[in-house]
Amino acid sequence: MKKITGWSLIRLYTIFVYVFMFAPIVAVILLSFNPEQFGSFPMKGFSFKWYIKLAQNHDILMAFKNSLILGSLTAVVVTVIGILAAIAFIRYEFPGKNALNTLLLAPIMIPEVILGVALLLFIRWLQQPKSFLLLLIGHVVITLPFVLLVVQARLVGIKREYEEAALSLGASPIQTFKEITLPLLTPAILAGMLFAFTISFDDVTATLFWSTASMQTVPVKIFGMLRNSVSPEINALGTVMLVLTISTPLLAGYLVRKFSRET
Amino acid sequence: MQHKIWRPLGLLSPALSAVFLLLVVPVCFVVVYSFWLRAPTGADIPAFQFGNYAKFFEDFFYPSILIRTIRVALETTVICVLMGYIPAYFFYKTETKHKSFLLLLVMLPFWISFIIRTMSWVNILGDTGLFNHLLIKFGILDSPLALLYNEGSVILGLVQYLLPFMILNVYVSLEGIDKSLTEAATSLGCTEWQAFKEVTLPLSLPGLSAGCLLVFVLTAGTYLSPMILGGPGNDMIANLIFKRVIGTLDWPFGSAISVILLGILSIIVFTYNRYLGIAQIFKSMQ
Repeated sequence: MKKITGWSLIRLYTIFVYVFMFAPIVAVILLSFNPEQFGSFPMKGFSFKWYIKLAQNHDILMAFKNSLILGSLTAVVVTVIGILAAIAFIRYEFPGKNALNTLLLAPIMIPEVILGVALLLFIRWLQQPKSFLLLLIGHVVITLPFVLLVVQARLVGIKREYEEAALSLGASPIQTFKEITLPLLTPAILAGMLFAFTISFDDVTATLFWSTASMQTVPVKIFGMLRNSVSPEINALGTVMLVLTISTPLLAGYLVRKFSRET
Repeated sequence: MQHKIWRPLGLLSPALSAVFLLLVVPVCFVVVYSFWLRAPTGADIPAFQFGNYAKFFEDFFYPSILIRTIRVALETTVICVLMGYIPAYFFYKTETKHKSFLLLLVMLPFWISFIIRTMSWVNILGDTGLFNHLLIKFGILDSPLALLYNEGSVILGLVQYLLPFMILNVYVSLEGIDKSLTEAATSLGCTEWQAFKEVTLPLSLPGLSAGCLLVFVLTAGTYLSPMILGGPGNDMIANLIFKRVIGTLDWPFGSAISVILLGILSIIVFTYNRYLGIAQIFKSMQ
């Protein structure tokens, strides 16, 4: 009897932690549909008013465009770099391997404020203005360790034997890469790209250092809007971002599964 | 033999040059700049002096922000342990078939924007937020409680942000424990609680300490939470750096504060790595 009580307490506690983690997010979604001027409880009906207002806000649409371009470019660049590095770490033995791996993963432990200051200072010393390129290279540095971790983990699971079999059956190294390695790597490539996109799309702190008034991303825009207070419009914008950043990986996961079943 | 070394280095070169040029070199610049002087006109003068560091420790103002940062980081870490261990243990022990879905839910916040998660607390804790609304509606209060813009709300936001890191780190460690060990302990006469205390808990410590390090380091560098959920007196060290660098354009002083923060975190991370190994942290992220 005593055992059951202890276990149910653990279950109850876990439910409490879930509520703690998700209740505020549910509140954001709910309040985004509240037609009241001051987005607070109680709900006074249900409307898409704030979403319509959002869609007419030119600044926010521009920020969305910036975020999407920045996130996509970051994803492509960092995934190419990350996959090459991951292949080196998983497929080859060389001196200093562990130290180099730690060096490449180190940015995870460095506060973003310091990454922000350091890169900005460097650009200033080079007498270059803040630009889109600064944001892009900055986001590449921030996302690289995460992409490397994800791709390495996937790559460990791909057996070397497949490639060796293709080579021994007479395929050229390029054919082997194209026909064997690349298809097997596709889930890792997609996972890395998605991860990089999401991190880039969400980043605030370092981006605040690097962005300019004309080159703002959505989170930086939200940060600026928060100066006043939380309005229903921010809740609506938050909900849009939430749907976007959650549905993309789910959709991609579904497509990968469907794709791999068909071939 | 030679080409075997050159090929991986060739594959690594884009990543290494990116990290070297865009991280290692810039951080060296920060260190160099922290010794420079700032002219009254605002120009930076190359120099080698410790004035910026002396300025930081001149009176109690700046060190108190540093102490607050460390205190908030410690408090956040302790709360994350208290709130994170039991759910992780639940995932380890549970036999429900929804386990993978529940674990997916824990990872879900990684995909939700940090700024959205942080500002979401304003809807809950604000003067017209859910909490005050319910308390007033049920007649428990007449006027709203001031729950926002203090150290408590900053910590609350941080805990919500960092809890998944803690849960996953502990869970990965627990999952690596051979379940027959606890079975052996109970069959030899241990109670469930004793088996947990003597077997499971010690074996889960690597994950727990990895989670603690991650939470501490991420909290110590946080900028956003004090900005959104804190009041004027809740600035942490990252806020100070931002104000000096972007606000007053005092690059040498901002650099010196950055070096102090980076130095403290490096000492902690290196000490941790020396005795416990840093690899555990990366395990849970895969």
